[in-house]
Amino acid sequence: MSRPGRDESPDRLYTLTGGRSHSDSDTFDLVTLVVAESDPAPGMQSEHVAILRMCRSPVAVVEIAAELGLPGSIVRIMLADLLDTGRISARHPRTARAADRLPDPELLEQVLVGLRNL
Amino acid sequence: MDSATFERPTGPSSAGPSLADTADNGLKIVIVGGFGAGKTTMVRSVSEIRPLNTEETMTRAGEGIDELADLEGLSRKTSTTVAFDFGRISLDARSVLYLFGAPGQERFWFLWDRLFSGTLGAVVLVDTRRLSDSWYAIDRLEHHNTPFIVACNDFGGPLHTEEQIREALDLGPDVPMVECDARDRSSSKYVLITLVEHLHALSSQSMSASARNPSAQNPSATSRAAEPTPEAAS
Repeated sequence: MSRPGRDESPDRLYTLTGGRSHSDSDTFDLVTLVVAESDPAPGMQSEHVAILRMCRSPVAVVEIAAELGLPGSIVRIMLADLLDTGRISARHPRTARAADRLPDPELLEQVLVGLRNL
Repeated sequence: MDSATFERPTGPSSAGPSLADTADNGLKIVIVGGFGAGKTTMVRSVSEIRPLNTEETMTRAGEGIDELADLEGLSRKTSTTVAFDFGRISLDARSVLYLFGAPGQERFWFLWDRLFSGTLGAVVLVDTRRLSDSWYAIDRLEHHNTPFIVACNDFGGPLHTEEQIREALDLGPDVPMVECDARDRSSSKYVLITLVEHLHALSSQSMSASARNPSAQNPSATSRAAEPTPEAAS
């Protein structure tokens, strides 16, 4: 089975991101939830169109990458562009990210309630 | 690929239910283990979507991997691709838990900070017939100060006592260890609950410790987490 990110020529990936290999895309965590703020416009890059369609309800960055079949690093760059132009909004995780710091007990209690209700 | 494209004309909804519009907080738990330990099986048994696969291509300044690439005569110099599976559990109207099945091999670990920073904790999924597969992962989790539990996936192999396994894995008594059947939803659910209960106990301890000694840690800092960390966690 072909996977676009792996099998297509690097040139195409280069084109998708306008030639950049990195950007401020680090603002996007794997589990940052992305929501479209506008409909696709005529002439938009097809991947951008796909993202906007996919994100009518919240979708995590990692799910977008899996659906598009593109590496996360490429997807993050496209998301940064869409964020810059106000076409998406991003809901970043609220969990503490710093090393050596545990999430607070209240959050963990909520997680436990959710898991027990599964 | 054609059939996969055909199956999902409308985006991720075909892979499972869409998230609630109110969802705004993504959480992570990482399930790490050797090849064939049952990571994807466990993700599948509790996920509300069929497990998806994605990959990260990472570049880093030269280290072991580059030397390896040179040795093998590969033209690729500083980039490595790691594929991983993941699934999802909607916990409530706002919180969504993502489960990542992460490879335990050495070449994966330089991604840990970047991909899995902010993870609640980890499950080390162990095949007791191949305990040594877990050594490296346990060592790295300890190094990264990521809290974890050990779950022994039941492959019907020879029975070991908990003591024997703990000794073979060099596990401290404070690390919970459970047996599980990764194919079974309630068993996998129990593993996740055991992990989060462990995290809760650790977190409560550290909160009360910092309450006794306020200079040690500022508890309010834990809630101010929204800003993404700048790059270069390592």
